[in-house]
Amino acid sequence: MLLFLIRRLLLIIPVLFGLLLLTFFMLRLGGNDPAAIMAGDNATPEMIARIREELGLNQPLVVQFWDYLVSVLRGDFGVSLFSQRPVSEDILDKLPATLELTLVALVIATVLGILLGTLAGVWRNSIFDHSVRIVSVAGLATASFWFAIMLQLVFAMGFEILPLRGRLPTGMAPPPDITGMYIFDSLVTGHFAITWQAILHIIMPAVTISLGGVATVARFTRSAVVASLQSEYANYEQAVGYPRHRVVFPYVLRNSLVTPVTQVGLLFGGFISNAVAVEAVFDWPGLGSYLVQAIFTSDYQVVLAVTLVIGAIYGVVNILVDMTQGLLDPRVAEKM
Amino acid sequence: MSDAILSVRDLKLSVKGDAGLAQILDHVDFSIHPGEVLGLVGESGCGKSTLIRSIMGLPPKGARIESGSVTFKGQSLMDPKIAQTLRGREIGFIPQDPFQAFNPVFTVGDQILEILRWSGLPDDPKGGRYTKELRAKHRARLIEVLHAVQIPDPEEALTRFPHQFSGGQRQRILIAGALASRPSVILADEPTTALDVTTQMQILRLLRELAKDFNVAMLFVTHDFGVVAQICDRVTVMYAGQTVETGTTRQIIDAPRHPYTGMLMACHPERATEITGIPGQVSSPLTPPPGCRFAPRCPRATEACTTARPGLDRRADGRRIACIHEKEVA
Repeated sequence: MLLFLIRRLLLIIPVLFGLLLLTFFMLRLGGNDPAAIMAGDNATPEMIARIREELGLNQPLVVQFWDYLVSVLRGDFGVSLFSQRPVSEDILDKLPATLELTLVALVIATVLGILLGTLAGVWRNSIFDHSVRIVSVAGLATASFWFAIMLQLVFAMGFEILPLRGRLPTGMAPPPDITGMYIFDSLVTGHFAITWQAILHIIMPAVTISLGGVATVARFTRSAVVASLQSEYANYEQAVGYPRHRVVFPYVLRNSLVTPVTQVGLLFGGFISNAVAVEAVFDWPGLGSYLVQAIFTSDYQVVLAVTLVIGAIYGVVNILVDMTQGLLDPRVAEKM
Repeated sequence: MSDAILSVRDLKLSVKGDAGLAQILDHVDFSIHPGEVLGLVGESGCGKSTLIRSIMGLPPKGARIESGSVTFKGQSLMDPKIAQTLRGREIGFIPQDPFQAFNPVFTVGDQILEILRWSGLPDDPKGGRYTKELRAKHRARLIEVLHAVQIPDPEEALTRFPHQFSGGQRQRILIAGALASRPSVILADEPTTALDVTTQMQILRLLRELAKDFNVAMLFVTHDFGVVAQICDRVTVMYAGQTVETGTTRQIIDAPRHPYTGMLMACHPERATEITGIPGQVSSPLTPPPGCRFAPRCPRATEACTTARPGLDRRADGRRIACIHEKEVA
C-alpha cells in the first residue's frame, strides 16, 4: 500500500510537467502580449520593449519555459502582474475558500448521490426511482450559474432564510487561521457561532456545484446496486436467510460503491471548473474568481500557477479515490 | 416409513413474463424423509431451479402458485414470513457455483457467520441480542464444522477472502455454511457441476459422509445419474416441469419404468453403449402440450397420452410413475 502511494505520488510529477508545458505554450502562443497589457493603453513602443526586456519576454520561448520551470521548482511562482504580489501568496489566500467549497460539494455529492442511488436501485421502477431519474437528468442538464441565481432568488431574496453572498456576514471576523477553511477552523477553535454562519453561507454555492455530481453518483450507484442485487451472491445471501435489509446493507452496497467512488474522483475536476462561475455569482473569494480575473488581464504567471495547483489537487484526490477502492475491495488492494 | 419433513404436493406454478404466461411447474410431487438423500433429476430448463427457489419461499419474480403446497414439518413455505424464519436455520442451502456465490468484498468468515447470526443455533438463548459472546460461540461452531469439511486451519480461513480459495475449498466452506446451524434438510443445487471431475468426487464423498454424520436430509439436484448412484437413497425425475417417476435409487437405475427416465439414463456416457440422445426438443413452457408433456418425444406415445395428464400412481413396490402405458405393464 505504501509502495503504491509512493509510486502514484511520483506519477503526478510527469503529469504536472505535461500540464505546465501545455498551458505555458498555449498561453504564450495565444497572441496576447503581457508586456503591452502591463504597459497600459498609452504606452510607447519603447516602454513596451523595456518591460519585455525586464521580464525576459524577449528570450526564445523554450528558454523562458526553462527559466520558469527552474523557478517553480524553487517554489517561486513569480509575481502577479495585476496585484503586484507574489503569486504563491495570492494562491495561499484564495485556495482555502475554494477547497472548502469544493470539499463540501464533494461530500454532498457523495452522500446524497449514494443515498438516492441506493434507494432507487432497491426500489427499482418505483415512483421514487423514476423521480430520481428525472431529477438527475435535470440536474445534469442545468447550467450552474442559472441554478445559482435561482437559489438566490428563492432562498435569499424570497424566503430570506439563507445569506445571499460571501463566506460570512459582513462584520463577522473569520476564525483563527489554521487551514483557512472556516468551518474546520471555527470547529477546532470552538467558535461555533462562526461555524453556523459559515455553514449557512456555504449551502447554496456548494449545492449548486454538487448538483451534477449528485446526479452522476446517484445514477452510477443505482445501476451498480441493481446489478449487484441480481447477482448470484445476493441470491445466495437471501437463500441462506440473511434478512433483506442486511443483503442491501452492507453486502450489496459495498460491492456497488466501486464505480461511483471512481466517478467522485473524476467529478472533482468538474467541480473546480464549476466553481469558477459559481464563485462569481456568490461573490465567494476563491481561486475561481482569481483565475477568471487573471485570464481577462493576461496575468499568465497566475494562470500557470493556479492551473498547476488545481492539477496537483486533482491528482491527490484521485490517489485518495484509488486508495478508497482498495479499502472497499480486497482484490483491488492486493494489486496495490 | 417415518413422516416426511419436506413435502411438495401437486405444485403447479406459472410465471408471468414478457412473452406470456409460462407454466414452469405442473403437478410436481415428492417428499423427503428425515436423514434421506433424495435426488432430483432433470435436464436443464425443466424447472429444477424454480422449484428449489419456491421451496425456499423465494419464487422468481412474477411467479404464481396456482395449486398445491410446499410444507416443512407441516408449516407452509409459501408464507414468506415462515419461509424467512426457516431459511438458513432449518433449511440449509448449497449453491451451484462456488465461484459466484460468495460476495467478493467480504471475508468468508463474515459471510458464513452472518448466516448463523440470523439462524442462531438450537441451544442459543431465545430472543436475546446478538452479543460478542454469541458471535464467539457461533464462530467456535463454524470452526468445528470447517474441520468436518476438511478445511485446513479454519481459524485463519475465516479471515480470508473468497478469491483466495480454490473452487473446491469454496464449495467446502459453503457446505459448512449449510451445516453449521444444524438444519434438518439441505437443498443442494447441483453442488458439483461447477467443479472439475476430481474435485467433484471428493465433494460428493464428503457430502455423503456428512449427511450421515450430521443426520441431515438432503434434496440433491442434479442432471447426472452417475452422481445419483453415488449419493442418493431415492430419486425423483422431472421432465418439463412434471414429476414423471419416483423410486429408490436401485429401482430407478436398475429398471427405469418411465420412458423418459430410461432415455435420459441412456444418454449418460458411462452407461450407454451408444449415445443416442432424445429426439425432439423440450416443449416450451409457454405452450406445453396437453396431457403428458413428454408425449411429443416419446416412442410409446399414443392418442390417449395427449389428452389427459397421467396421474403419478403409486405401485406395489412403492415407486410412483406418471405413465399410462406403465399401468398396462404393471
